[in-house]
Formats: sequence, C-alpha cells, structure tokens
Amino acid sequence: MRHLLSTADLSHAEAVRVLDVAEQMAATQQREIKKLPTLRGRTVVNLFFEDSTRTRISFETAAKRLSADVITFSAKGSSVSKGESLKDTALTLQAMGADAVVIRHGSSGAPLRLARSGWTSGAVLNAGDGTHEHPTQALLDAFTLRRHLVGGGDAADRVGADLAGRHVVVVGDVLHSRVARSNVHLLHVLGARTTLVAPPTLLPIGVETWPCEVSYDLDAALAGDVQGPVDAVMALRVQLERMDAAYFPSAREYSRRYGIDAARLGLLPPHASLLHPGPMNRGLEITAEAADGARSRIVEQVTNGVAVRMAALYLLLAGEDA
Amino acid sequence: MAGARPGEVPPTTPAAHPRSATVLDAAEVSRALTRIAHEVLERNKGPRGLVLMGVPRRGTHLARRLAERIAQVEPAFDAEACTGSLDVTMHRDDLRRNPTRTPEPTRLPATGIDDATVVLVDDVLYSGRTVRAALDALSDLGRPRAVRLAVLVDRGHRELPIRADHVGKNLPTSTAERVFVHLAETDGEDAVLIEGPTGEPTEGPTEGEDR
Amino acid sequence: MTTTLVRAARPLGAEPRDLLLRDGLVAEVAPPRTLTAPDGARTVEAEGLVALPGLVDLHTHLREPGREDAETVETGTRAAALGGFTAVHAMANTAPVADTAGVVEQVWRLGREAGWCDVRPVGAVTVGLEGQRLAELGAMADSAAGVRVFSDDGKCVFDAVLMRRALEYVKAFDGVVAQHAQEPRLTEGAQMNEGAVSGVLGLRGWPAVAEEAVIARDVLLAGHVGSRLHVCHLSTAGSVEIVRWAKARGVDVTAEVTPHHLLLTDELVRGYDPVYKVNPPLRTDDDVRALRAGVADGTIDVVATDHAPHPVEDKDCEWSAAAMGMTGLETALSVVVQALVEPGHLDWAGVARVMSQTPARIGRVASQGGALQVGEAANLVLVDPAARWTVDPAAMATKGRNSPFAGRELPARVVATFWEGHPTVLDGALHSPNTGPRPAEAGSTWTR
Repeated sequence: MRHLLSTADLSHAEAVRVLDVAEQMAATQQREIKKLPTLRGRTVVNLFFEDSTRTRISFETAAKRLSADVITFSAKGSSVSKGESLKDTALTLQAMGADAVVIRHGSSGAPLRLARSGWTSGAVLNAGDGTHEHPTQALLDAFTLRRHLVGGGDAADRVGADLAGRHVVVVGDVLHSRVARSNVHLLHVLGARTTLVAPPTLLPIGVETWPCEVSYDLDAALAGDVQGPVDAVMALRVQLERMDAAYFPSAREYSRRYGIDAARLGLLPPHASLLHPGPMNRGLEITAEAADGARSRIVEQVTNGVAVRMAALYLLLAGEDA
Repeated sequence: MAGARPGEVPPTTPAAHPRSATVLDAAEVSRALTRIAHEVLERNKGPRGLVLMGVPRRGTHLARRLAERIAQVEPAFDAEACTGSLDVTMHRDDLRRNPTRTPEPTRLPATGIDDATVVLVDDVLYSGRTVRAALDALSDLGRPRAVRLAVLVDRGHRELPIRADHVGKNLPTSTAERVFVHLAETDGEDAVLIEGPTGEPTEGPTEGEDR
Repeated sequence: MTTTLVRAARPLGAEPRDLLLRDGLVAEVAPPRTLTAPDGARTVEAEGLVALPGLVDLHTHLREPGREDAETVETGTRAAALGGFTAVHAMANTAPVADTAGVVEQVWRLGREAGWCDVRPVGAVTVGLEGQRLAELGAMADSAAGVRVFSDDGKCVFDAVLMRRALEYVKAFDGVVAQHAQEPRLTEGAQMNEGAVSGVLGLRGWPAVAEEAVIARDVLLAGHVGSRLHVCHLSTAGSVEIVRWAKARGVDVTAEVTPHHLLLTDELVRGYDPVYKVNPPLRTDDDVRALRAGVADGTIDVVATDHAPHPVEDKDCEWSAAAMGMTGLETALSVVVQALVEPGHLDWAGVARVMSQTPARIGRVASQGGALQVGEAANLVLVDPAARWTVDPAAMATKGRNSPFAGRELPARVVATFWEGHPTVLDGALHSPNTGPRPAEAGSTWTR
C-alpha cells in the first residue's frame, strides 16, 4: 500500500492484513507501556480541513503510540480560498518533510487529488473526504465485527479470517455518508452481505449498482426478510439540517421509521451487534437505551479505532517502499 | 536462518536448494536442544523462576520444545505456563530496509516475566539486531531479573556486542552463504541447511532472520 | 490585399480544385493545377488537404473584459485561428457583463484590432446575467457590434415570463435567444452528472432532467410565441429527443453540442481531476451515442466549442473548489473528426454544415459559412485529414491549460486558415493578423 484513500482500492488480502496487524496493535494497547518505537523519526501530519475531534485524536494517538512525530494542522477558518490552501498547505508540509499526511477534507476526492498531484511525496491517509469515503472507519467497523463474529474470542482464531457469510444492515443517511460508502466496499471485499436501509430520498442515484441490497423497510431488514438473519446493524448519523432540504418531514417521523431502539434490536438474533460511527444524535437515529445497551459496540469502536489506525500507519510507513 | 516471516520469501524444501548442504539432521537438532535444556537448568540452578520466550516464528517452537525437555528433567516445571513468544517486529531498526512485515502475536507466559529469568530463544544468531530488538521489546513488557539467550545456530558476523549463552551449533559461515533452519512444526522436518553463495538470488532477506 | 492560389485542395472533401483568393474573395475555382498564380501571389500546395469554409463558433468564452488572466480577445482569437475558425461568438459572462452596447462594442473592437478572426459578441439577455430584468437588447443589436445572439450562458434564463418576453422581443431585429438550460434548484451545488458514478464518488449530482425540463419548457414557449430558439450545449439523450420532437412539430429551434460531450463521459471524473469538470457535466455513454446520432440526423444543428479557459489555479485544486469549463478551440475540429467523421456520422460537407454554415446562419453572420463558391468571402480552412497529433495544452495559443484532451492523440490537423483572403494560419502555425480593410463588415444582415 502506498496510500489509503478508499476501501474500494483494497484487495481481500490487503484488507485482511490490516485487520491482522490491527489485532497485534490492539494487543500492545492492553499493556502498561503502550508506546512502540516503530515509527521513531517519522513525521505524520494531521491535516484537518474539517472539524473532527474524534478522528483527529484517534489518528494522533495512533501515531504517537508508534513514536512518530505528530503535527496537527487545522486549516479550518483559514482565510485563503479552499483550493489554494490545499495545494499550498501540501507544499508547505512537503517542505517540512512529512512522511505521511492524514487528511480530512470537506471536498470529495481531495485526498486522492493530494496523492496524485505531486504536491506531497508522503503517504496519504484519507480520514474522511466530503461524502465520498472514510476508509479507516470502515476498517475499524470490520475489525470490531470480526472480533465479535469470528472465532471463540481468541485472537489467533481470527487472524487471516474475513467476514464471509455475515450480514450487516446499514441504516441512515446513505446519500451523504462516507462511512456507508467505505463500508459497502469493504464488507463486500471481506465476503459479507450488506443491506442499506434508508428513506428513498437519502439513497444516491445509482445505488442499485453497489454490491449490496437496498431496502426502505428497516423492520423487514432487521427481521431477516431482505437478506436473511442479521449479524450486525450499523446506524449512521443523520443531520437535522437534512430536514430543511425536504429529505424527510420531521425528526419524529425519521426516528419512527428508521431509528434504532430497543424494540427493533429485539428483532435481531441474540449474537447481533449494534455499531455507530459517532457522534450520535441520541433520540434521532438511535435511542439512548439502544446506544447504551448490551449489544452496543460503540465505545469499543473508538478503542479499536486507535489499533486500526496504528495498523494503517504501520503498513504505510514501515516498509521499504515508504 | 530461519525461515521467512510473513512478507518474506518463504523457506523452501531442501529439494529446492540443490546447492545446500545439511549441517544438522533431525537427530542432531534434537540432541542440541536436549543439551541446551540441560545447560539452561544448570546455569539457573534448577527451574525456579525460569521463563522461555521464543522469537516468532521458529524461535517460538524451539522455546516450547526446550520447555518440554526441561519439564522432562524437572517435573515441577510447568512448560505451558512458563513459555511465551515475543514478537520484535515493532522494535526492529531495519523496517525501512525490508518489505513490510506483519507482526506476530506476543504471548506472555502465565507466570509473567517480572523478576523471572527470561531465556530468549531464536533459531539463528547472526548480526544481533533481532536480539537487540527483543531486549527492547522485553523491557516494555516488564522487568526480568536476568535475560539469557539460547540459539540453535550461531553463524557469526555480529554487528552488535551481543553473544549467546547457549548455542546448539557454532557454524562458521561467509556472509554470502545462507542458513536455513527447518522445523517439523513449520517445514515438516527438522534440519539445518547451508547454501553456498552460488545459490540463486532471491527477493528480500531470506537469509538469517537475525541480520 | 494578398492574393493566394490554393492548389489542388478538396473543397468539402470533394474532387480537387484550385482556388484563387483575391481581394478577400474567392475569385476563381478551377480543376486542379489549371490555375497559375498571378505575380506576387502566394501559392499554397494543398494536395490531399480538405478545404472547408472557415469555421464559425457559436459559443466561445474570450473572458475579456474582466478575466484577462484567463484569456484575452487576442489570445482567444489566436487559438480560434489555429483551430480553423474565422468567426467566434464571444459569450456575455465577462466583467462587466456584456449587457450594454458599450461592452459589446468594446469586445467587437478588440476583435477587429486583434485581426485573427471575426469576433461577434453575444449580448446578455438580462442585466448582469441576474435573470431579473431584460438587458437593452435592441441597443446591442443596433450597435456597431450588430449583436444577433443573446444569452445568459453560464446561467439559465429560468423565469418563464422573462424567457417568453426575450424570445418575443428579439424578433424585432432577427435575433435569437441561446438558452443555457439548467433548472437552478435541481442543480444547487451540483458537481457532476448524477448517476452511478456520482453516487460512488460522493459528488453532488447534476441530473439530466434539470436540462431536459428547461428545454421542454422553452421549445413550447418558442412555439407558442413563434420565435426562434437556440439551445446551447445539449448534453443528454433526453434533450436530443425533446428537440427532435419540437422540430417535428415545426418549432423554430436549433441545438448545439460541444466536442467534449461527443467524446468524453463521466467515467473520467473517477480520478477527481478538475480538468473534467464542466457545465453541463460530462454524461454517460448512452448520452454520447444519442448526441452523435442527433448530429447525424440533423436534430442537433451545430457543434460549438464552449471554449472556457481558466487560470491554472482554478483547476489545480480539489474538485469542488475548481472552476467549470474546458478549452476547445484548438481541438474542436479534430474531436469532431474522431467522434463524427471516423464513425461515419458525418462527411466533410456535414462538418462544413455543423461547424460553419449553420452556425453562421444562426448567428446571422452574412460573410461566413459559405460553400467555397466564386464570389464568396474568402473564409476557408485547409485540413490535413491524414495527420495525427498529440494534444499538448502548453503548446496552445489559448491561455487556458485546461484541455480534457491533453495527451490524447487526435486525427486531422488545421494546416491553414484564411480569413477574408488573409492567411491567419499557414503550415499549422500562426501567420499574421488581418489588419487590412474589410470587404464584409460585421453587423451586416443576413443576405444569403
């Protein structure tokens, strides 16, 4: 891997490898001394054109646990126009000797543009671009699912395993969700089935070409009537502003039809997990009872995020190609 | 050498090394391990506080075999509880010179390593860099009372001030030669092979893991 | 004035002829190698070359006044001459907007001074392109620039009443409204064609229906008030169908397509390279096929470049921040050959029709769009149909480096361009501007 821009670029072997490396990284994070010397002397720049405290802190922690030097550059509110600032900022970072650039940008494709433009020679990690992709989120979701769905709880059983035959329901604002796009690709590569559930207004034109099924009926999907029994359900964040653009009539109607609550979780088999990429709108796409319930893996997702990002940084920076 | 870690070219069977010669056969490997087991016990004055940590992948198997031999001599020694594996990938200083390696699991023995006498076990001792990384990795996991080093083969060419306490066989080599350790667990047989400098070049560092 | 003997060119791709260009006119046409060059005349050996009437672009952005960093009348018309054009229609979205007689006359005068081709300013339909009040269309028509084409291009004249009034009003001076068909609400923040690719890329979609709905309304309006309507840059299969239907009903509508919409699709957007960002956006294979068929059967009347140069910084950035538009003057003919001639949709006479004769008729440019007959103004281009060349934006005359064809090998190359008998281009390179007296003045009315 030279860059991590999209889960669509990952082969089965590469995806499994990230998860396997993340297992070892996660193991090191259980120890008293969590820091590893692996990336000593390497510089990782966090380039955040959009606010995202969670993702930024997760990447920062991952890089620091690997002993990389971390520079965080928050370009939000910069007075230069967006286009100039991406190129000029990238050139500045290049001059400073960045080995990797972790970029969060509001414009879809900005990380790919950065990787291909020649503005930086470092590895580019997409930390979320517009409504395109958020590959490390999908990888940590898959990592979390594999931990719960594969093997008997021993890491050795999971190494090398994919998610073949598993079924994940993703519900929410698919249209604007980079998490959904990254998950659909990755779950497909890992052999899982995906069912996207959303009101028709929040599904992109062309979704029928994606490697997944689509339903407008959450209860039917959860009850297994769309693609069989469900192993996990993932609720996506829904922004209230979407209401103003007539994507759905009201928060109340949305949560009635597409919100995850305890009753809906009751439709699932006993082993099924609940995921959410955060931050949650409690009371809109998810109830507090569901988010804090026994099936919820939401806190664990955050923990796993550090291990998965350590794995990504390690794989991009440690080898001879880096 | 040891065989390949993931990401390296895997070791091949002797048939694929027409120019290789057998240095130790299965019986000799077995005798060497038995001798090392006795040496370890003697040096430690018994099994008390003894812990064996193998460096993956072949060192892990060698550590388990040594522990079993120790248990045969000293039934009080719990081979399972006193054996672990120590992955050193994340502590290596040569990561950028090689293709990316996938780290192997590190398993601490049930007894822990604090105040224990840790015997690091690896298949081949070469430059000493793997052992250096292992010592660093170990210090992040706890504080042993003492650390010793046991290797099946010492082929010389040290680049760091490191020496083994227990050696199965000292094997003078040239740096152009390559040493292969085969174990039943990973390669279907026990043997140590040496291949001359005329051997076909292979991609990546297939030579002794310990460079 | 110069006299030139063009030897053994194939007019409109037909049998070779010698053409004598004298005093700005086609003076003689005779069988090959039968004419001798008068004393002091230039002889152009044109064996194997196709002669076409000088190309007329109905849709060019010259950017001056206001965005001289992107293009000037001088650089844009040099590009036009190299592309084989002898007339371009300069779009009104300049700064200030070409919505008064003063601005259109300024552009027209800059064109005359440059001397590379006829510059025909397009007047804005509404003041400041704001879609609120009609600009002084009559004043622009009566100005020295003699404006006949009116367009808010870049923006749609979306208000139905305003569109109706504009269609009606320009009848008084034989003008035409050229509509940029784009339903504004359906395309808010739109970044690319809405379809399978936009869904995957997470870029906001520009749906075909946003173009088709406006075209449908406008052809009905034009039919209702009995006006002629020109539709800019058709990009969808549905738009072709609507225009075909309207023509069958007798509506006086003409339609144009750009070279890039005849060759490129939205699959190119997958790399997020803003050189492929354009409005209307690149569409699908099905649309490309329908557009080509539309030109072949005459539903689409003209190919116009929508030449839209941008400074490097407006494209050297992330997709959503990038400007929309592509350069096109220097590649248009080659792209038409690849997209329409090579697959057999058009012959050379057809190329002359869609790139010269019909656009001249729509723009009411009397002196252009001829058939290389004796007595016509000597506007012609010599094309080497066998040449192949690789597009290099850095080698172009336009200031814009935003050619979507960069690095592509294209067929057919412009060898020479004559504007009113004067060679603006010879041997594939710029020769000299035409600064002499004009036999045919701009602003003249349609007489053919």
